[in-house]
Amino acid sequence: MTIQLAAFYFFASISVLAALGVIGLRNPVHAVLSLVLTFFSTACIWMLLQAEFLALALIVVYVGAVMVLFLFVVMMLDIQVAETREGFVRYLPIGLGVAVVMLLEILALIGIRAMQVVPPANPARVDGLSNVAWIGQALYTEYLLPFEVAALILTVGMVAAVALTLRRRKGVRHQFPSQQVQAKPRERVRLVSMPAECKEEPKS
Amino acid sequence: MITLAHYIVFAAVLFCIALAGIFINRKNVIVLLMAIELMLLAVNVNFIAFSRYLGDVGGQVFVFFILTVAAAESAIGLGILTLIFRNRRTINVAEIDDLHG
Repeated sequence: MTIQLAAFYFFASISVLAALGVIGLRNPVHAVLSLVLTFFSTACIWMLLQAEFLALALIVVYVGAVMVLFLFVVMMLDIQVAETREGFVRYLPIGLGVAVVMLLEILALIGIRAMQVVPPANPARVDGLSNVAWIGQALYTEYLLPFEVAALILTVGMVAAVALTLRRRKGVRHQFPSQQVQAKPRERVRLVSMPAECKEEPKS
Repeated sequence: MITLAHYIVFAAVLFCIALAGIFINRKNVIVLLMAIELMLLAVNVNFIAFSRYLGDVGGQVFVFFILTVAAAESAIGLGILTLIFRNRRTINVAEIDDLHG
């Protein structure tokens, strides 16, 4: 057993155990942290596949941003754990049954041939490039239009997320800076000319 | 030596765990979203393994796009989730049946 194979089994077992924790843990916060461990171990497996850029992108984008977003939402929502666990035992047999049958079908599809495929030389290294340069050259030439569409998708996603969660509450006093800076002195102070008044002498 | 089958079996196991998670966590939308993320991760493992073993850059570029779309998807999904919780005070999927489907 080479050291790569030992490392693969190590990371894969951690990843699978953490994935089981994601769907089985009672506390949603623990489930999110378990998902973080799954992503991290899978990033290590991607490193074994010599996909360095994507492994680091997975850690930075997913563990750094998306999972923290999940944690924020889980902690912000006040979830009754007992209520969300209803039906866990009831659906457990059918869930396990479907998953096991599907896994067996996939394993049957993979077959013997894939077990004999040994990794070829790293295709990026063959061209004398690093992994990042290899992906970058394809991304900015062949896949330029999909790349720009991806930027558009991210913008639309950001706008949609803001538009969904924005709300105007009643009874809250807002400031309107545009109206404030447009205020003119004569709208605020009215000068009135009127004859002077004096206190009337009481007649006696 | 790590063969292609190692990675595909690993991805298949992750995918089936996520599938079982969708079945057994019928009440909690957050766990459903996390199971979807796990499925996407399993698919990404497949893409990268095939990209490495076939020597084609397309697989890794595709994973890049999947990560982009998944980030947008989870942001919108969590936005909808907070909106549902604000209006209904629950994230129980069984109680969100306004459309009576």
